[in-house]
Amino acid sequence: MIYLDNAATTIQKPPQVIQAVAEAMQTLGNASRGAHSGALQADRVIWIARCKVAALFGFSHPERVVFAANATEALNIAINGLFQPGDHGISSDLEHNSVLRPLYRLEDQGVISLDFLPADALGNPDYKCLESLLRPNTRAIVMTHASNLTGNLVDLERVGKFAKAHGLLLVADVSQTAGSIPIFMEEWGIDVLCFTGHKGLMGPQGTGGLCVAPGVELRPWKVGGSGFHSYSRTHPEEYPTHLEAGTLNGHGIAGLSAALDFLQEVGVDAIGEKENRLLGRFLEGVRQIPGIRLYGDFSQPRRCAIAALNLKDVDSAAVADALMEDYGIAVRSGAHCAPRMHRALGTESQGAVRFSFSWFNTEKEVDAAIQALQKLAQE
Amino acid sequence: MRQKKPALVITFSSTTAAIRMEAFCLEHNLPGRMIPVPREITAGCGLAWKAPTDAQEQLTQSMTQAGIQWEDLRILEL
Repeated sequence: MIYLDNAATTIQKPPQVIQAVAEAMQTLGNASRGAHSGALQADRVIWIARCKVAALFGFSHPERVVFAANATEALNIAINGLFQPGDHGISSDLEHNSVLRPLYRLEDQGVISLDFLPADALGNPDYKCLESLLRPNTRAIVMTHASNLTGNLVDLERVGKFAKAHGLLLVADVSQTAGSIPIFMEEWGIDVLCFTGHKGLMGPQGTGGLCVAPGVELRPWKVGGSGFHSYSRTHPEEYPTHLEAGTLNGHGIAGLSAALDFLQEVGVDAIGEKENRLLGRFLEGVRQIPGIRLYGDFSQPRRCAIAALNLKDVDSAAVADALMEDYGIAVRSGAHCAPRMHRALGTESQGAVRFSFSWFNTEKEVDAAIQALQKLAQE
Repeated sequence: MRQKKPALVITFSSTTAAIRMEAFCLEHNLPGRMIPVPREITAGCGLAWKAPTDAQEQLTQSMTQAGIQWEDLRILEL
């Protein structure tokens, strides 16, 4: 299989990730549950992972790096823990359902009101509209760092400056960019940064989390086991435990930690550059194919290595199925959990075929994908 | 059981704070090790740093300089 669905999850992981998970499964006890060597080793592994996550994202408070099962859980923790009844929130057309659905649910329950920054024809957010969306009760902006459909980057630094200028909090979803694009949480004014471990970070599935800036307090949506203050009726207030009830995924976090070592060794810039080179080669090839329509802004100097396209008016599901069945190429068709982005691009009915590249893909694989599309276009 | 001797016991507000202390002490070659919190300090569970009593000044100075906050610090017969 030629795997070009890395925006969904990276299948190929650095070998040390697999090794770290296997080792952890043989050695780690339950973190924060006891002071024996197994429990302490789990505590140590998780603490080191917090430090690496904080360093990766330009965040100087590893004790406020909270682990969760994935970005969706992290975003639910952030969104449900942040908004108060009567608040207004701003988001964008670029968002994934992991942002949209928690927001919609609060809106449907009558807790908050919402407005969305529209996307233009290329799928970029129309930043100049931000000011017009402000209300006296606006509390936060919840925004992705990149569209998972087009790969277009969002200028989070610009959004962060806007948020600070208007006394708003900024919750950022960096699921698509972490590991491929450098991120500077404090410099950009991000208050809560939500990430997943299994995409560009190349860690195991079931890992992710959120970095919560000092002074930002989130109400925990789950409470329970913490391993300390056991006779208290309430869950501890101290971060990160405040938002981490229950046993952590120590085995997965050990793998994530090894993945972060790999990123450090290779360099996020080097990874992003290679992925963009592969994307550039792919674009050059598919642009020559009659009937191919690409979606997104490919003039951006730095972007996610994603190309969403359609072939004539063929159902995107049929194209993806043909690519898999006839050419062994794995891509993602359909809506990509990005309903507003598809509506903005006019692809709601056809969907789109998304190709996404990772550090482990090769030029040969890219060329095979181009050739497969060439053949499909001739059918 | 082992014979009891006076020991310095330092507790923290969370497991993460305690494990951070351990990492700090290892990095700076400071004495001590992690133990379960003794019941004299708090019933239940949690982690504490146990060190020789004569290390109190060295540890508190180092922790203060590094901005490491502790919850409780006592000499206990352990």
